[in-house]
Amino acid sequence: MTRNERPATDSPAASGPAAPIPALRFDGLHVAYKVRGIDRRVLSDVSLSIAPGEAYGLVGESGCGKSTAAFAAMRYLPRNGSITAGRVMFEGANVGAMSNAAMRELRKNAISMVYQNPIGALNPTMRIGAQVAEVFRIEGFDRAESLSRSEQALGAVQIADPGQVMRRYPHQLSGGMAQRVVIAMAVATNPRLLILDEPTTGLDATVEAEVLDVVRALRTTMGTAVLFISHNLGVIRSMCDRVGVLYAGHIVEEGETGRILSDPRHPYTVGLLRCIPRAGRGKDAVRLDTIPGTLPPLGADATGCVYAPRCGLVRDRCQRERPPIVESAGRHLTRCFFPEEAPALPRTPGDEFAANVSIPPITDDRPAALVTLVGVGKTFGHDDLAVRVLRDINLHLRAGETLGLVGESGSGKTTLAKLLLGLVAPDAGSRIALDGRQLGAVLGDRSAADVGAVQIVFQNPDSALNRRHTVRHIVSRAVVKLGGKSKGEAIVRAEILLAEMRVDARLHAAKPAQLSGGLKQRVAIARAFAGSPRLVVCDEPTSALDVSVQAAILNLLVDLQRSEHVSYLFISHDLGVVRYLSDRIAVMYLGRIMELGPADAVFSGPNHPYTEALVSSLPSVDGEPTRRVRLVGEVPSVTDPPSGCVLHTRCPRRAGSGVESLCDTVEPDLVEVEPGHLLRCHLSLERLREMQATVAAVSV
Amino acid sequence: MKRFLLRRVLLAFLTLWLLTGVVFFASHALPGNVAQKVLGPFADPEGVKQLNHELGTDRPIPQQYVTWIAKTVRLDFGRSLNYDRPVTEKLRPALGYSARLALFAFVLVVPISIAGGIIAAMKRGRFLDRFITVAGLSAAVVPEFVWGVLLVLVFGVKLHWLPVPGLAPPGSSVFSQYKHLLMPALCLVFVLFGYIARITRAGVIEAIDADYTRTAALKGLTSGQVVVRHVLRNALVPTIAVVATQLGYLLGGLIAVEYLFNYPGLGQLLLNAVKKRDFPLLQAAVLVSGTVYVVATFAADLLYMVLNPRLRQGATS
Repeated sequence: MTRNERPATDSPAASGPAAPIPALRFDGLHVAYKVRGIDRRVLSDVSLSIAPGEAYGLVGESGCGKSTAAFAAMRYLPRNGSITAGRVMFEGANVGAMSNAAMRELRKNAISMVYQNPIGALNPTMRIGAQVAEVFRIEGFDRAESLSRSEQALGAVQIADPGQVMRRYPHQLSGGMAQRVVIAMAVATNPRLLILDEPTTGLDATVEAEVLDVVRALRTTMGTAVLFISHNLGVIRSMCDRVGVLYAGHIVEEGETGRILSDPRHPYTVGLLRCIPRAGRGKDAVRLDTIPGTLPPLGADATGCVYAPRCGLVRDRCQRERPPIVESAGRHLTRCFFPEEAPALPRTPGDEFAANVSIPPITDDRPAALVTLVGVGKTFGHDDLAVRVLRDINLHLRAGETLGLVGESGSGKTTLAKLLLGLVAPDAGSRIALDGRQLGAVLGDRSAADVGAVQIVFQNPDSALNRRHTVRHIVSRAVVKLGGKSKGEAIVRAEILLAEMRVDARLHAAKPAQLSGGLKQRVAIARAFAGSPRLVVCDEPTSALDVSVQAAILNLLVDLQRSEHVSYLFISHDLGVVRYLSDRIAVMYLGRIMELGPADAVFSGPNHPYTEALVSSLPSVDGEPTRRVRLVGEVPSVTDPPSGCVLHTRCPRRAGSGVESLCDTVEPDLVEVEPGHLLRCHLSLERLREMQATVAAVSV
Repeated sequence: MKRFLLRRVLLAFLTLWLLTGVVFFASHALPGNVAQKVLGPFADPEGVKQLNHELGTDRPIPQQYVTWIAKTVRLDFGRSLNYDRPVTEKLRPALGYSARLALFAFVLVVPISIAGGIIAAMKRGRFLDRFITVAGLSAAVVPEFVWGVLLVLVFGVKLHWLPVPGLAPPGSSVFSQYKHLLMPALCLVFVLFGYIARITRAGVIEAIDADYTRTAALKGLTSGQVVVRHVLRNALVPTIAVVATQLGYLLGGLIAVEYLFNYPGLGQLLLNAVKKRDFPLLQAAVLVSGTVYVVATFAADLLYMVLNPRLRQGATS
């Protein structure tokens, strides 16, 4: 293992004679995992320092070593992982040299951790109360005292009825509630360092915003130092004082969060930021940039800069020498020989496929709707157990149009997609038509052509593709089934489709397991396009992918739409992505459409109070001050929706509106408030415009 | 949950009903006639006819089935042809003996194999893990009667440590009774150890790798506390359910072991009934052993539900 230049103080916070002892410090940390007897390095010479009370963000794509850094700090590496060089220091003490008992003391009351997937982080066979109380029990409190302290701890993370939550089991909690419980356990003993590893990934935007609020509030009251790990740059921006960008186990850039994100000096950071869809710039205005190539394999040891193979500014020197981490223009640290050139990183060459095709803007004189939904409803169960998950959905989609579908989990988005696909039959009286012809309720009632005309791309390509078949087989089979071609023709067509999706010919004989997540999703898209579809339902197609891969997939979807004139129903909880891709947006809540309109009108308002709350919960990478409009409480159960307007229990605009009693008793209709813009609200567009403008003025 | 329970109960009854069908038709509806089979090929035709009449086997099959099942549900299994006494009189003690052997084997095998599985999981990939896994598997693939013969040869014939018959002479002390039972029970321990240990090992490994175990460790609990409070609690849920189904196997007639150790349990009874073509006895013995199996499986499901809060309490708040 080579140890290259390792200055004793790598980070400004650690230098300076008056600097306090950092809460956490990595000194030239190298971590390796032993795979088949060989040490493969996952962290290389990572040095960072977090001052007491400071929030430090660690960003990077999957596989870059973020979580490894977190577990190294907790001294809880996987059984095959080990620190091969360097040290982890907690408040000046070497964590690696501590006895097990001393380490336990640290974990008990000085360092805590919160992770992704909160429900999995709680013991499924124990009640919440017992699990939280355990933290106090091992501190030496008796049972009664532990339980009453647990109740306080849960109250501190804004759980409304702690006593009731304590009696529940983890599976009875929502993701957001479970994450609050995990946070309550983590901060119960006033730790001096809190490590958060993707704490809000997988949660709804509104829930994410609330969880982040809780963390922020706890930080101000307790002054805890935070190591915040996330792939979401917007979240990092809203939470962290400083940020380190991790690439293939190396910190490539580090500094004050605002500076790094608004004026990055490493080509990787620059590229990463360009992959993210930004507010106000849709698919017609700007093409997303991507990062070519892939992360080097685990443990690969380059002689030069780790990022050289993917860097658009690469020179000979980058291939030969490894750049040291240096201060760039007295501002922040970057591991690049040419930091001043980074902002001028050339864009990835746009592809001939779509660059010059201009699409006509969608106007009302365009041909009639491709897909029409009239009075579509879905009820599961029957009699007294009936649950109406969709209610009176009226929608149309034009050819070549993208309709974004947003709403919190449980709003009925996926059910609506299933109805369109014929996977679930709608209630009697529902009408779903393609080109004016009624579609069969379920797949068995649809002709092969109709089945091919409405297709889907799933969130998780791993489970959508048959692992035993080759890529070519998967796609050609779909061509046979959906396109009605012979086997020979199908193989030719499959090869063409895969080439269009930019899946290299060498990979056509590979099985899905041999492909990266992005490539698998390309194969899944090729499969969906096998029967020349008219409508493709995209159900969170990029949620499992890194931003650079996501950008490439979104570009591909845009290109395909332009060349094939296909329509998309695009479902995502990532509002930024939905906004980028969609022409129109439908906002759903408890099985109803609350708002429907052009993407810009829906996002920039005046909009429905529910949409307003959703949009305002989105943390911005650009750090614009967002006026937060909060929804109170949890999503009511679909089995027992509130009376009147279904939102009235949580509505941010109900109080003081003067129509409260109407909201509580009468459900508003979905009405057109301006051309093409529909709202389900008792408040007029003018009234909403007024209310939303005042708050904006106040908060600025 | 209520619906789940109800479905299980209905399924259990359905299984039993199918079993009665199989038992009945296998013995009644086979070609040839029952009395002839009982009395042998050279029996007096009048006698055959009379026996058939006594047994009711000269009536139409559906009618026979109805009368038979009506009696069966009242636990009236008729008279044994071989012993000429009510079947229940033979069945009851046999069932008692079987239960004693089964429970004794159960009490031995469960703690040993669960402990073995836990140790294997904790030492994953090391020598002890491989040893337990390989030894358990090897022991399980050897049929129980081979173990029986081996044990008899070593401990009974060669070393004279243990008595060979499974049943102690009347009037023996409790200690002596269990000493007699030890060898037959050991055969069963050998057969089941590998299976239970493996399931335990898998459950423990899954729980060790689970996120909640990480949470527990990072709370600052000692590894002992983590294992006892968090790992085992979750790991043993599937194990216990699987183990409970094994009780059915143990109770439901261990023909080879009982024969080898000359132990008068249900297995022996079954074997004798077949040999002597004692149909009423055979039917009753098969039904009882099947019922025991179904009940044990049902109990296992019930236990799994009690141990698993996700099944015990619905997801609604």
